[in-house]
Amino acid sequence: MPYSVDVVRGRYRLRGEFHSIERNQPIRNEAGKLCGVTNPRRLVHTHSYGGEHEFFEGVAQGRLIGTRCDNADCEVGYQSVFMPFRIHCPDCLQKTTSVDLTEVANRSATIHSFMITERTGAFNTLEKPIKFINIEFEGVCTILMGYLLCGEPAIGNRVVPIFASASPTYTILDLAWVPDGTSASELPKGFSSSK
Amino acid sequence: MITFSEQQLKTPKYMRDVYLVTGGNSEFRRAFPEKRTEELCIEALQEACDYINTTPQELKKHIHSCYYGHFADHFGDQLLGEAVIHDRLGLDPLGNVGIKTGGATGGSTLWEASKAVASGYSDCVLAMGWERMDEVPTDEGNNYIASAADKDWETPLGHIYTGYYAVMAQRYWQIFGKEEDSFRRTMAEIAVKNRGYACHNPFAQAPLKITVDDVIASPVVAFPLRALDCCLMSVGAACAILADEETAYALTDTPQLIYVAAGSHTLRVADRRNMEIPLLPNETKDQYKDLGKEFPGGDRYPGFTGFLAARMSAYYGYRMAGVVDPTRDLDLVELHDAFTISDIQTYEDIGIRPYGLGRTYVESGDCYHTNPNTKAPGKLPANLSGGLIGCMHAVGATGIMQTIECMYHLHGRHGEIHGDERRWERFGKQKPADWEDLQVEGANRALAISHAGVGSHVTATIVVNPDHRLDK
Repeated sequence: MPYSVDVVRGRYRLRGEFHSIERNQPIRNEAGKLCGVTNPRRLVHTHSYGGEHEFFEGVAQGRLIGTRCDNADCEVGYQSVFMPFRIHCPDCLQKTTSVDLTEVANRSATIHSFMITERTGAFNTLEKPIKFINIEFEGVCTILMGYLLCGEPAIGNRVVPIFASASPTYTILDLAWVPDGTSASELPKGFSSSK
Repeated sequence: MITFSEQQLKTPKYMRDVYLVTGGNSEFRRAFPEKRTEELCIEALQEACDYINTTPQELKKHIHSCYYGHFADHFGDQLLGEAVIHDRLGLDPLGNVGIKTGGATGGSTLWEASKAVASGYSDCVLAMGWERMDEVPTDEGNNYIASAADKDWETPLGHIYTGYYAVMAQRYWQIFGKEEDSFRRTMAEIAVKNRGYACHNPFAQAPLKITVDDVIASPVVAFPLRALDCCLMSVGAACAILADEETAYALTDTPQLIYVAAGSHTLRVADRRNMEIPLLPNETKDQYKDLGKEFPGGDRYPGFTGFLAARMSAYYGYRMAGVVDPTRDLDLVELHDAFTISDIQTYEDIGIRPYGLGRTYVESGDCYHTNPNTKAPGKLPANLSGGLIGCMHAVGATGIMQTIECMYHLHGRHGEIHGDERRWERFGKQKPADWEDLQVEGANRALAISHAGVGSHVTATIVVNPDHRLDK
């Protein structure tokens, strides 16, 4: 389905095919009784990143952008650094300040937990087995979820971010992780490190 | 370190007592290719009517507003599915509303329904929940379920929800399980127990006699979680009728008090920040000061090892119902065993065991109908229905099914409902020759936990025999 989407003067401009329908089929039981029908169709959703665009653009450019609450009146969250990126501080709801955490990640990213799976849901695009890792960073109050592309995960192991900046999808899949010390030649195709 | 205000921690208060009058479940299966959802809903409502010897026609005269739990429009491919069911139940022109809180949808439906009665808006309400998970292939179903994670940050990472629990299982096993094989076997024991109890439940989808070794040898879904550690995908419906005192006693001689409380936490586990543990009535201020020494890493609360939402649902719910020590004050529980690991985590969140010691609830035998170690009745039997692992997880119905199962015990009618040969036949099943009545003798108080997301929403529903209430 060829299509394109732009934003022009604050509105979506949609071109091409966003949906199609196929002929349905009846569903019958062993005795031939009609039980139901199929409802086949394909469709494309659009989705706004809004204030999070900076994170996804950053990853495509090889940078890990988080946010920090700089509201001195915030009773709980002042100076808290968030990764995942939060547009607003969850405590005072003031706009946060973007901070580049690429170096923090290169220096301190550590596996908090992990899992390995051979099974996925429909629409998965990652190679199996998938290794989820949850990553802690020095000075960051939250724990990012990501995926490890080389080596085996273990709690406490150091990892570094790598970025699919050569041909980005502009999704979270552009950000992956490898064990600290992985050489440039060992990196998966299409990914580069900022270290 | 985040904190909560006094106002936020206030004990919820109903303006008047709310009673559970009756309820019913449909049969639960992986698929019902020859039944529409409304047929299952009517089956559940008919069960509720039969339970108090009335008819839908008579019961409907009392109903004033309706609360419908239906988690995923995607699965049914029908927006406003609640309106379809409401119409087919013939309940127009009553006000109705759909409730969606993921896996906690059933519990949240009871939460909303109970508030309608407690406030005086309605004297009698219908809480009905269902799910239709059989109209897409399983991998598409997994994608839909994973769509309940953050679509930008988490869902694309495999589209597999079990993965989000598996990272918790890994962390919990290493911190509180101390990486012991015995802890893994304790997790597996939950799957064995609950599937075994499902063998005595004609409504159940997946009765199975298995061993701990079977669980540990079952295929990996998301390491360390294996297929038999995981709950079912189901189709089915459940309903409850709640009322004020006058209406309740007009409909039955034995209504039960019902209290429902709710808690929440971040949808993304990633966003959990550190805090002090909110204490339940059976815990003390200094109780957890050495938790990090005893279990290195365990002092990061709730981290990946606890569910704040479950803790808060119990925090509010116990205080509403006057429960101090759940093991002492309750007679049975139906917990949200979506995964064996989350079941253990929940024992701690709701105060059955202190943080770090959840496994001892299983290992002591307290969670069994009959303690396998002592052969005496279990102190606080859990998931005698078979739970989500053995009975069903038709998401919107689950929390209601659990509550209805508790109701049967409090009425002393568990055996009557589960042992009825006609019901087994109607469902096309053979009643097992070794069928057992799992009635908890003398049960007066019970708790059902309904849980969503990776702990994004949790409700605690407490059902109490009015002669044994603790709040007055």
